[in-house]
Amino acid sequence: MTDLRSAPPPPLRDDDHVRGDRSAPPILFYADFTCPRCALAHERLTRAGATVAFRHLALRAKHARTVATAHAAEAAAAQGAFWAFCDALYGDQGRLDDPHLWAHARALGLDLERLDADRRSAQVADRVQRDTREALAAGATTTPTLFAGEIALAGVPDGEWLDRLGYDGSVRLPKTTKKLASPTEGRA
Amino acid sequence: MRGSAQPISGVIAPGGPAPEFTLKTETGEDFTREDLAGRTTVLVFYPAAFSAVCTDQFQIYQEVLEDLAAQGATLYGVSCDQSDSQLAFRRSLGVTIEQLSDFEPKGAATKSFGAYFEATGVSNRALVMIGPDQVVQWSWEGEHPGTLPGANLIFDALAAPAER
Repeated sequence: MTDLRSAPPPPLRDDDHVRGDRSAPPILFYADFTCPRCALAHERLTRAGATVAFRHLALRAKHARTVATAHAAEAAAAQGAFWAFCDALYGDQGRLDDPHLWAHARALGLDLERLDADRRSAQVADRVQRDTREALAAGATTTPTLFAGEIALAGVPDGEWLDRLGYDGSVRLPKTTKKLASPTEGRA
Repeated sequence: MRGSAQPISGVIAPGGPAPEFTLKTETGEDFTREDLAGRTTVLVFYPAAFSAVCTDQFQIYQEVLEDLAAQGATLYGVSCDQSDSQLAFRRSLGVTIEQLSDFEPKGAATKSFGAYFEATGVSNRALVMIGPDQVVQWSWEGEHPGTLPGANLIFDALAAPAER
């Protein structure tokens, strides 16, 4: 079990989920799939083309589905689909119950029986807990928490922060034009 | 002024006895200096129930409660909120950290620990660790209530006596 006394976040490991140019130093992105700030951070990091290593900061008191979604993402990772599953979860944060996870898994062509077995495994639970405890030992106080070398950030990265790391922080999110459905829309 | 328990300015320093104080438990009973005897206690002074940073803080600390218990430490949340507000806050988060109210007379106990934030009339964000002998072992105070101490600092403080 990880010691919780102060310690820097561990350097990149072979089993980290990394996206982007692997020759670049990664941003360690400690996050939770139920957290709206994490979804925004994920979007900004992705649009900036940042090299990111995703690690779990799955606090049981954060949300009823925090740990369950983290476990499901690790189970998807066992089938080589961590980032696709991650994108799907962040792209639809209002729907994180099991039927929604199965829908994402089906859409990605994953083996559902294997996913269900893996997400309940001790190995997956240990992985999520390891990441979370390492984040806490590193002084994380909120979701998300990011580390880029000696630079730490509690919260969502803005353009200036991304610029400092050499990424294009000017990349803006598109304006949302999606019409919100009326509460009565679609009812008979 | 380390080595003295007198809060000249800022949170009480380690080395001296915890002050006399009275807080109210969630069930309306007095919680005093006598309740600190025989165990390690961490008083978590926080500004306001339901505020964003306080929410983050208790979600983080809840995650490590079992580890703290294994090291013999008990956490209490302390604020100037009324007990019902504290209880509603704790329950809304699904957090089990017991709350102590410093509502009336407002902030009296918090002031005795030097953890009152006069500028806005709330508890500052501060941590005070008191040993089984009722002596202050360690304390931490934020520059302002928005500063949040990680759980790692509590584990550092618990480990410190053994390393001295």
